[in-house]
Amino acid sequence: MSADLQPVIVGAGPAGIRAAETLVRHGLKPVVIDEAPRWGGQIYRQPPAIFQRTRQTLYGLDAKAAAAVLNTMTTLLPHISYRNDTLVWNAEGGQLDLLHQNQSSTQPYSHLILSTGATDRVLPFPGWTTPGVFTLGGAQVALKYQGCAIGSRVVFVGTGPLLYLIAYQYAKAGAKVVAVLDTATLLDQIAALPDLMVAPGLLARGIYYVSWLRAHGVPLHGGIQPLGAVGDGRVDAMRWRDSRGEHEVACDAIGFGHALRSETQLADILGCRFEFNVLQRAWLPVHDAAGRASVSGVYLAGDGVGIMGAQAAEWAGERAALALLADTDQASAPAQRARANKLEKALGRTQRFRRGLERAFPFPPTWAEQASDSLVVCRCEDVTASDLRTSAAAMGTTDINRLKALTRVGMGRCQGRMCGVAACEILAQCSGQPLKAVGRLRGQAPIKPIPFSMARTTVPSKPAAST
Amino acid sequence: MTEHCACDVAILGGGIVGASAALALRRMGFSVMLLERDLCGSRSSGVNYGGVRRQGRPLTQLPLAQRAQGVWTRLTELIGIDGEYVQSGHLKLARSPSDLAALEAYFEASAGFGMDLQMLDAKALRQRFPWLGERAIGGSLCPQDGHANPRLVSPAFAKAAAAMGADIREHMPVDEVEHDGKHFTLTCSKRLVLRAPYLLNCAGAWAGRIAASFNEAVPMVPSHPVMAVTEPLPMFMTLSLGVEGGGIYARQAPRGNCVIGGSQGYALDDQRARPSREAIALVLERTVELLPELRHAHIIRTWSGTEGYLPDREPVIGLSHTTPGLIHGFGFAGAGFQIGPAVGEVLAELVRDGASTTPIQAFSVARFTTPTQVFSSVPPSATST
Repeated sequence: MSADLQPVIVGAGPAGIRAAETLVRHGLKPVVIDEAPRWGGQIYRQPPAIFQRTRQTLYGLDAKAAAAVLNTMTTLLPHISYRNDTLVWNAEGGQLDLLHQNQSSTQPYSHLILSTGATDRVLPFPGWTTPGVFTLGGAQVALKYQGCAIGSRVVFVGTGPLLYLIAYQYAKAGAKVVAVLDTATLLDQIAALPDLMVAPGLLARGIYYVSWLRAHGVPLHGGIQPLGAVGDGRVDAMRWRDSRGEHEVACDAIGFGHALRSETQLADILGCRFEFNVLQRAWLPVHDAAGRASVSGVYLAGDGVGIMGAQAAEWAGERAALALLADTDQASAPAQRARANKLEKALGRTQRFRRGLERAFPFPPTWAEQASDSLVVCRCEDVTASDLRTSAAAMGTTDINRLKALTRVGMGRCQGRMCGVAACEILAQCSGQPLKAVGRLRGQAPIKPIPFSMARTTVPSKPAAST
Repeated sequence: MTEHCACDVAILGGGIVGASAALALRRMGFSVMLLERDLCGSRSSGVNYGGVRRQGRPLTQLPLAQRAQGVWTRLTELIGIDGEYVQSGHLKLARSPSDLAALEAYFEASAGFGMDLQMLDAKALRQRFPWLGERAIGGSLCPQDGHANPRLVSPAFAKAAAAMGADIREHMPVDEVEHDGKHFTLTCSKRLVLRAPYLLNCAGAWAGRIAASFNEAVPMVPSHPVMAVTEPLPMFMTLSLGVEGGGIYARQAPRGNCVIGGSQGYALDDQRARPSREAIALVLERTVELLPELRHAHIIRTWSGTEGYLPDREPVIGLSHTTPGLIHGFGFAGAGFQIGPAVGEVLAELVRDGASTTPIQAFSVARFTTPTQVFSSVPPSATST
């Protein structure tokens, strides 16, 4: 039976690696497809192999967890088919469309585990397209992957645990962090404590970053509203407002973000049913406690189905793989069932921690109201908040896909992956509807741009060297 | 609570045909209610390539296309926006001597229709359009043809009709249509019952069901043209392009994005369609042949839609032969965007006068229904060849 199975895992972060490990342990040989040159996902992104930095330097307090995940993958490599540097750009008729080094190929699957991860949740502020402004995730990738800082005098702005983690990582790496500006307040964080206590380890870590930054003289400001990046041709200051007035600090780079958003396009193209998640203010693919999607044979795990963090992603990846094994009669012994129950319980506790995080770092509730008309929402197609509001009013638009058709918002290179959150928030605000009612941008192939020069191969490309 | 309404003309379908008919009827003073299952202009009318092209149409369609050309040149005045309409010119390319001969034959045959076609040889093509690939050995240019943004134009016709007093109802799927000899009754679940002496069947690829329910079944099949678009690029393609014998078509929007169409996708369900991987690959390959400049560009999005095709690739436009007051306007075989606004005017004339000033005999529904009724007893062996 197992010879007929061709499970394919998309994404080699914590969820994908644990899913692969579980399948291999039960005698299957999954294909693992990953966009990055080396495994680890965004959280444990590895630098090119020739770089000499230690994991302690790269991952700090997460070094142990990172090592466990990364080493697991090393031991798995002989037992899986690993396709690194490979984009899944479409799915049709039981096959994925891949792009690797300008070659397109197809990958059949019997079962799919999607662990497609997340990107920054981008809430634009005035001047955010000025060179020198990066997303928090982008700032972190520069550091982890290339050993580069986005600047030497850096401001971090937005909200979420990532804000403090990245500020800490930059300061440790030798950059001068001139300010950390959080749209949430200390009161938010105190109110969230009871929920956050369910994961004392993670909570302690967050407190450690904040204390470390304070102890090292990094100015931390809460309850702020970003007023804008200042600079002509290159950012040279950040302006914000808080209860004490307006402020400006000189800097040569800004990292910003408001937590993360799930990468759900592949689930969408596969026809998975979505539901609106109030906590995450997003439409997410529906799944059961084990990770089964609404489409038979498709399993979902990790941040790609709702932001849960690296530890929970590991559990979800393993849980989804166990579900796949049980569904195909590969493993349904009491031991596996007990393990599955344990994982589901752990994932359940994560939900409470998630609620705590949302309370500690809430989405800025007045963001859309405060977004000025001149604010560029969609940088690919240069669409401003005013363009969106004017069009919505003129045409009576209440649906985000109609607004896209009329204004080109979400129609550019990013296909709404960056601007979609903000566009939906603004449409909800200006049309006086709840966010859920504006719907979600439809996923369309290609998931990321594909080149005209792309050559087609009918034979799946060879697994790349496992470095 | 069910709403009961009555009006002169009920229109089924808020595409460019139904919406422009609503606009024309309002200008004539009729009361109009238009029922659209989704959003006006959200199907083929809004997701098509955006060609505003007369060149290449069958001669039977040229009077209608000429009339439409007049509408397009007054577009802003009519619908309040320019819809990114540009008279860029439309160049139809030949890749072989036989294709070139076909273009020449069309040039001769269409001479009386005012399109001012110009034949260009390979040398003239290279000189005037150096960005064209080597495959083209000649072409035919229609200088006043062009392109527009269908996502803007088609909804704007509905909006203009509404501004003129047409009652436009979106998200209003019709479950039942009946005729009592004098009036049509359209029912939308428990929400709306509409009575009207005239019914315009402008339901696009889904219009066949309405026709069939009035004993005018037509052999219409759905198909799904594939579209792809690049990121915005520096302007280089000054024309809308087509290729004799099919293949692909391409234009560059004022924003700089190149829109490319070709091949066929597949239906996801009755309502939705998608490009297939084969179609996308074909479009990529053929585009680079025709437009080598795009070889380093990217496709950022693909899409498809659902369009109705009749065997002769001509639409059905005209009065029903079974039911007084029923008027058809559908089946445009992927080429309805340019003539849509003229078809709307023709449908309005048919309501008012029972006849149109533009010849439409070739599009009669009777070309499909009459033979089946007359020859329904022909043995199967006679039709199997």
